[in-house]
This record gives sequence, structure tokens and C-alpha cells, in this order.
Amino acid sequence: MSAQSSAKRYFGHGLPYSEISHLSGTLITLEGTDGVGRSTQVRLLKEWLEVQGYGVIETGWTRSELMSETIGAAKAGHRLNQLTFSLLYATDFADRLEKIIIPALRSGFVVLADRYMYTAFARSVVRGADSRWIRNVFGFALVPDLVLYLKVDVDALLPRVLKSRGIDYWEAGMDLHLGTDLFDSFRKYQWRLIREYNRMAREFRFVSVDASRTLEEIQARIRQKVGSLLEERKIQTLTESLETLRPLLFEPDAGKTPGGQDPSGHRSLAPAVSPGL
Amino acid sequence: MPTAQTRASRRGRLIVVEGIDGSGKSTQIKLLHKWLASRGVQVFFTEWNSSALVRQATKRGKKKNLLTPSTFSLLHATDFADRLTYHIVPYLKAGMTVLADRYIYTAFARDIARGVHPQWVRDLYSFAVEPDVVLYFRVPLEVAVGRILGSRAKIKFYEAGMDLGLSPIPVESFRLFQGKVLEEYDRMAPEYRFQVIDGTRSIDNQQQRVRAVVNRLFDAGRPVEARA
Repeated sequence: MSAQSSAKRYFGHGLPYSEISHLSGTLITLEGTDGVGRSTQVRLLKEWLEVQGYGVIETGWTRSELMSETIGAAKAGHRLNQLTFSLLYATDFADRLEKIIIPALRSGFVVLADRYMYTAFARSVVRGADSRWIRNVFGFALVPDLVLYLKVDVDALLPRVLKSRGIDYWEAGMDLHLGTDLFDSFRKYQWRLIREYNRMAREFRFVSVDASRTLEEIQARIRQKVGSLLEERKIQTLTESLETLRPLLFEPDAGKTPGGQDPSGHRSLAPAVSPGL
Repeated sequence: MPTAQTRASRRGRLIVVEGIDGSGKSTQIKLLHKWLASRGVQVFFTEWNSSALVRQATKRGKKKNLLTPSTFSLLHATDFADRLTYHIVPYLKAGMTVLADRYIYTAFARDIARGVHPQWVRDLYSFAVEPDVVLYFRVPLEVAVGRILGSRAKIKFYEAGMDLGLSPIPVESFRLFQGKVLEEYDRMAPEYRFQVIDGTRSIDNQQQRVRAVVNRLFDAGRPVEARA
């Protein structure tokens, strides 16, 4: 991955009242279809990062304080249509963005998001929504620093889902009435979702990880990607702080500028530090 | 949005009342309802923030002050989408007249006053059906504030815009927030061609104006006046 600015930006119009210029944390999202193993990977990744000393906050789709109950109840009934479905997700996402993600990033955490706005895009588009509309709705979202995409084809996905927990009504897209058979509907629906994810992978430059591999192999690949991103960010932070220090280190009268004085008076350290970097 | 419909593709009429709290719009829409019904017009009434889908979340969010400008906006959009699906579109398709106490303009005015992006909230509601007429009850801020303070024991947190931190005193915050909302309404009036009704006039005088406007909406060959 090429070095990119650590500055965060909004996906669209953003939240005009929320300042994001000082978000020093890193936003990493895992995407991929139902049953692909995202949550397990997030858990392992969190563990690994914490062992290394990173502060990690995890956030997952529909888990907001405000909306999780309402979404659960709505999915149990038959009231939702594509429009209300999308808006419930967006409300949940906004709550977690403002209450969890942004504050954590401001405090320098690594935020691991199990699913992100791309899940809403895929599900809405498969249900016939105008893709511009749903993207506008999520215009308040932050663009992640890294999107890890667990890529799998539907035939590799099926045995995995059947072995772990079986097929769920919504994961089979039964609301789309693609057929009365659960298995066939699941296959059709997931095929469409995966096609949408694959399209977005190109458009939004997801980092794809082959999810047909073993759990350990997938995790190793994820750690490699996350590790190099965090290393890059460290070097970037060092470079940035060096940039702010530069005038103090090399300009003869720099010590006189306000706020620039080294309390210990050890200005002679400067030349010894900089060539090494 | 694929659900968006133009006026031409449906048969019923959609009549909307708008205005700040205390503008008198709810009184006027009730009187309009009575009149239309007495003339044999099939009427269905719907009001802002009343769907069962997000009632629980909205209630909890307001009670515990959990809402941010964006979640406040999105919850109301979800409520609206649900009502549009169940309480507005089917009635219009059946040829009935739908009376809406507040519509998307309430969201625009309040959400923009709260600080969300003006274009974002307009795009958010682009799935809405365009009304046949928007009756905007315009009153000066002090008149509306006086009516509300005179009739209510306590102003609610979000109603007073307390989440914006405009003032720690509820009455003062209410005044400042409603002032911002009023500014947004006035800005929208020409943009969306609101029919402006002077809300400082007497109730029956306003109602005559309302009925005149609505009468013009109905088939020229069979206006409401000629029915019953």
C-alpha cells in the first residue's frame, strides 16, 4: 500500500459540526458477506494488536446503543422495506460513528469495524435502491484507512455457513422473494451480494483477502496488511513531528521563538538525532 | 429513489401544513379536515414522528439525551419513510386526500438549524412524494414563543434545542432555536413555493384563506365548495 496521508476525510458532505482534523487513530474495517468469518478475524486481530500495545476499540454493525433493539425487533417482523431497512442501518451507523468511532480515533485508538457502510451499499443495491441515494445518505461517514475485504465465492461460502449455524431468513434474502426454497434463495442472494462487493472492491480499493483459506492463513494475511499500515503511520507521525521540530533544530535563533524552548537546554542533541532518521 | 413519485403518477392530493411550534398549523389542519369531510372528500390524516417502527428508539434517545444532530435527523427520516410507505402512498393511490401535519420541510428546517449539511438532508429525503400544496403558517417568533410558553408547563429538551448548547436556560434556548428554525422556513418559502398564511390573523380568517387555497386544488369542474 502506498503511503497516504493520515488525515481523515468524510465520504460525502460529512458532519459540519464535527471537527475531524485531529483524529490521530486508525480506522480499519472488515467487509465481506454473511458467514465469511469476519467476526472471528476481528477478534484475533484485536488480540494481536493489543499484545503489541495498541489501544483497540471494536464496533459492529447494528450494535449501537440507540438502535440495536429497534433493528432486532424490526427484523423479527414484516414491516421493513428497502427504504426503512437502509435508514435503520444508517441511524445505527451514525450513532456508533459519533459516539464510538470518532471519539476513539480522537484518542488515538485503532478502531476495528466489523462491517462498514459498504455493507449497506451492497444490501440496498441488491434490493433495488438507487446507489446514489444510499451513498448520499452515508455521506456523513469517515473514509476508512483500510478496508479488508474477505473475499469468497458463494460455493465456498455455503458449506461453511451450513456447518456453523445454518441459513438465516435475512441472509438468504427471503424478503426479496427470489424463490421459496431457502437454499436456492441463499445461493442467489449471496451471489448478488458478492458481485456487488467485488464491484466495490475495485471502486473503493478494498484490500482483498482470500477467505477460502484456513482461518490462520487469513489472519496472517490480515496482520501483514494491518502491520504495514500501522508501521507506515508511525513513520509518517515521526516525519510530521520532525517537520514541526525542524525550525527549532536547524535555525540559529529558533530557541527564541515562543513555545520552542527546550526546557533542559540540550540543544546540542539536535544534530545527533536527525541524521539517524 | 425508485419510490419517488411525481404528482402525475397518483390520483389523490397531498396537502401539507408547516410552521414553527406555536404557529397554529395543527388547529388549522383540523378545521380543514372537518370541512373536507363535511363535503364528502375522503381524507386521511398523518402527523410527524408518529410511526411505530422507531417510536421506542426515538423515545429512549430523547429521554436519555442520546441523540446527535445526525441521529436525530436519521430517526425522523426513518419514521417518515415508514409513514410514507404505510400511511401516505397507499391512500394517495386510492385517490384519497392526505393531510400531513408537518412534512419534509420540518426536517429541513430543524436539522439544518441543528447543523447538518443542508444538501445532505435534502438528498436524504429525495424519496418523498411532492405535495400538491404546502400551507406555511408564518408568525413572528415572539408570538409563537408566547403561545407555547402560555400553554405548556415545561418545554422538552430537544424541542428547546437544548442539545445545541445555545443557552443553559430552556426558555432562552427555545427562543434562540425556534428563531433559527423560523429563518430556515423563511428561506425555503420561495424555493418550494409555500402558500404563506399570516398566522397572526384570527383563526377563522386564516381558515377562510386555507379553504380558498385548497378549493383551487380540486378539479375545476367540481371544487370542494360545490360538493355535498
